[in-house]
Amino acid sequence: MPNNSAKKLNGTNALQNLFRNQIFIPLAALLLLALFNLIMDPSFFGISFGYNSLGNPVLSGSLITILDNGSELAILAIGMTLVTAASGGQDISVGAAIAIAGSTLLRVLCGTNSRPDTLQAPIIVAFLISCVVAMLFGAFNGVLVAYFKIPPMVATLILYTAGRSIAAWINNNELPIISEPSFGYFGSFIPGIPIPTPFFIAVICMIVITLVMKFTNIKLFVQSVGINDSSSRLNGLNPELIKIMSFVILGLCVAVVGLIKVSRISSINYSVIAKDIEMDAILAVALGGNALSGGKFNMAASILGAYVIQFLTTTLYKYNVQSDALPAYKAAVVIILVVVSSPVVREKFSKIWKNLKAKEVG
Amino acid sequence: MKDESVLEMRGIDKSFPGVHALQGVDFTLRKGEIHALMGENGAGKSTLIKVLTGVYSKDEGKIYLEGNDKAVEIRSPQDAQRLGISTVYQEITLCPNLSVAENMYIGRTENMLLNWKKINSDTDKILKSLDIPAKPTQQLGSCSIAVQQMIAIARAVDMECRVLILDEPTSSLDEQEVAKLFKLMRDLKAKGVGIIFVTHFLDQVYEVCDRITVMRDGKLVGEYAIKDLPRVQLVSKMLGKELDDMADIHGEQTAYDKGADMAPVLEAEGLVSDAGIKPFDFHINKGEVNGFTGLLGSGRSECVRTIFGADRVTGGKVKMNGKPVKISKPIDAMRNGIGYLPEDRKIDGIVGDLSVRDNIILAQQVLKGFFKPFSKAEANKIADEYIKLLSIKTASSDTPIKSLSGGNQQKVILARWLFTHPEYLILDEPTRGIDVGTKIDIQKLVLKLASEGMSVTFISSELDEMLRTCSRLIVMRDRKVVGELSGDDLNQSKVMSTIAGGDK
Repeated sequence: MPNNSAKKLNGTNALQNLFRNQIFIPLAALLLLALFNLIMDPSFFGISFGYNSLGNPVLSGSLITILDNGSELAILAIGMTLVTAASGGQDISVGAAIAIAGSTLLRVLCGTNSRPDTLQAPIIVAFLISCVVAMLFGAFNGVLVAYFKIPPMVATLILYTAGRSIAAWINNNELPIISEPSFGYFGSFIPGIPIPTPFFIAVICMIVITLVMKFTNIKLFVQSVGINDSSSRLNGLNPELIKIMSFVILGLCVAVVGLIKVSRISSINYSVIAKDIEMDAILAVALGGNALSGGKFNMAASILGAYVIQFLTTTLYKYNVQSDALPAYKAAVVIILVVVSSPVVREKFSKIWKNLKAKEVG
Repeated sequence: MKDESVLEMRGIDKSFPGVHALQGVDFTLRKGEIHALMGENGAGKSTLIKVLTGVYSKDEGKIYLEGNDKAVEIRSPQDAQRLGISTVYQEITLCPNLSVAENMYIGRTENMLLNWKKINSDTDKILKSLDIPAKPTQQLGSCSIAVQQMIAIARAVDMECRVLILDEPTSSLDEQEVAKLFKLMRDLKAKGVGIIFVTHFLDQVYEVCDRITVMRDGKLVGEYAIKDLPRVQLVSKMLGKELDDMADIHGEQTAYDKGADMAPVLEAEGLVSDAGIKPFDFHINKGEVNGFTGLLGSGRSECVRTIFGADRVTGGKVKMNGKPVKISKPIDAMRNGIGYLPEDRKIDGIVGDLSVRDNIILAQQVLKGFFKPFSKAEANKIADEYIKLLSIKTASSDTPIKSLSGGNQQKVILARWLFTHPEYLILDEPTRGIDVGTKIDIQKLVLKLASEGMSVTFISSELDEMLRTCSRLIVMRDRKVVGELSGDDLNQSKVMSTIAGGDK
């Protein structure tokens, strides 16, 4: 029956297209994790409504935790995707840079007194200053990578090592505490709104990057430089500048996450804040199906990847995995995801799929 | 096998998917001779060398070495080494951070314990015997490139080699260093070593070689004693054109000779870059098609790269339409209305993973600026327009350019530059490695653009093509402009004799 087989072929094509689409990878991972939780314990998806200690209405549950913590990762994934695409490497100083940005923010808010009764500067001013500082550190990394041709992981190792000491030094090694309640809104809830604020901040970041990608050439230029540096230069681009730009944008993302992080506890712990977050951000990019060697990227897939990583973390916590053991479990799961999503394996799958279909049709 | 020969290769055949790289090639190397292996790009020189050194396995043919009646099988570079076939490449393949002696003996001893005193004194003996100005304990990186090259040769010779292959050893050396290297080569020759010398420099061939083997398109053209083959003959054999095969196609030229009378679009004076070319003067008129010609490595590409600011410009003045301009990087040239299709399509041309559409709009998009992207609809319209105009064969404008054939990739790059509507377009080897139909399309397009007032510089390894399209040829030899031909001088014999230089 020719009609029937034609239909079948169309169906195959649609499926193959889905397989080939980059967003398929994080989407499949998300579905797998959701399915696992659904089978093991459907209560994972329960969301309860209540009031927190300040009397604000809040939603709670595993999904809300994922939305809350995953948003930090999603914001970082935006910058990390651009850095990866343009430079073909990753920034491992993100956690340390968050410590610096957070420390700067607190320093401006506190002034000379580490436990002020009132804020010494408006929050927006403090935030903007921390943005500038984080972007400068980003530019520092960018210059090392672009002009001195140091591999990104090695170049950012410098800030990775020194960052937390610099953060402590900014506040003279003191631990400032902010008593102003409105400062806490960024990391928790705005009174009257039961959804965690970080999610809204992430949404704003996503809208901004979408608009930037629509109204500037950032995507075309970053991809060209990442794919073929030499050819990009002969087309009039300045590859060095574009690489630095990607690191500066990551710096901005770092400052935003810094705000969320210090707002959560209205203070800072230099050695623990945003610890190992760079690895999760890099994993988000990889899980989004983006080549860690640079070039073409899919921003939406990276952002989804960030939430998937958080989904995984939350799931593991749920099953009482010790926090020290967490990285090992995560690594195991990530290895499977990354191997399955690698072009080699995907091609194999695609071939097997084709053969199966061919047999059926034949 | 004849007595005096150290190496005989008979009927060597090698195919790659889609290319018959070597077709029954014979090659003979005699004891104590320096034998030049000549041929243009794609002639099969490097494939032959790689078969001989065990990098590629041959499909057919036999290789005989002195003292062996049976044919030898060379399956790996180690095999070649063991049989006494050594190669010294253009790039130094030694370790610059080790000492000279360490470099001489690295990987050659099976003892875990080394007698450094003996190694150093042995090395000293070898260096002295070959008159190489270096000390055994000196760090290799602190020697000049020429000395490093000589040490690489000494290492090869010391491993009891009978056949020494020198692959473009002189391309990064200055004249004095070349002279030193030649002395070493003559010393080795006197010791009975057979040397295969691969080079693009004609002068050097005539200075040091005894015999020449010419290859073209994977076939042997012939083997000649140096005194029997004047330069012009050599060039004509390399290019595959008979001398008296006078330019018959030249009639079309007159139609666009008008370019000669019009005002110059670009004038350059004493232009020079860090890529190793001698300063040159250049101009092109409105609606003119001119070209740089010369053998491979003569500096054709380096000249146009300097004009476009692709290499670092170290001196010279440039005027566009009579006004002085400064071009130090590609974007400067683009803003002045210059376009450049680079020689190496893969490395400098395409942005492989990007779509055909993005590849077409890229240059114009850069000119337009960061904050003014084409909308998706505009970009699609532009892409479709050029795909139709140049009949680019692609599934859609969304297809990644790397999945297109070479000719179609080239058309996309051409579309990219046409879309910037340049006043002056440089096409460096636009027809290399593409099918005949596309070649003719591109030539026709060049002539059409010129008739519409665009100035074009056209470079091609195929002289036919150059003669058919250009109304003025700038001839280069050994990185220097050596002549300029136009009008009646534009015929093959004149061009070849200018390329060859020296004895006419």
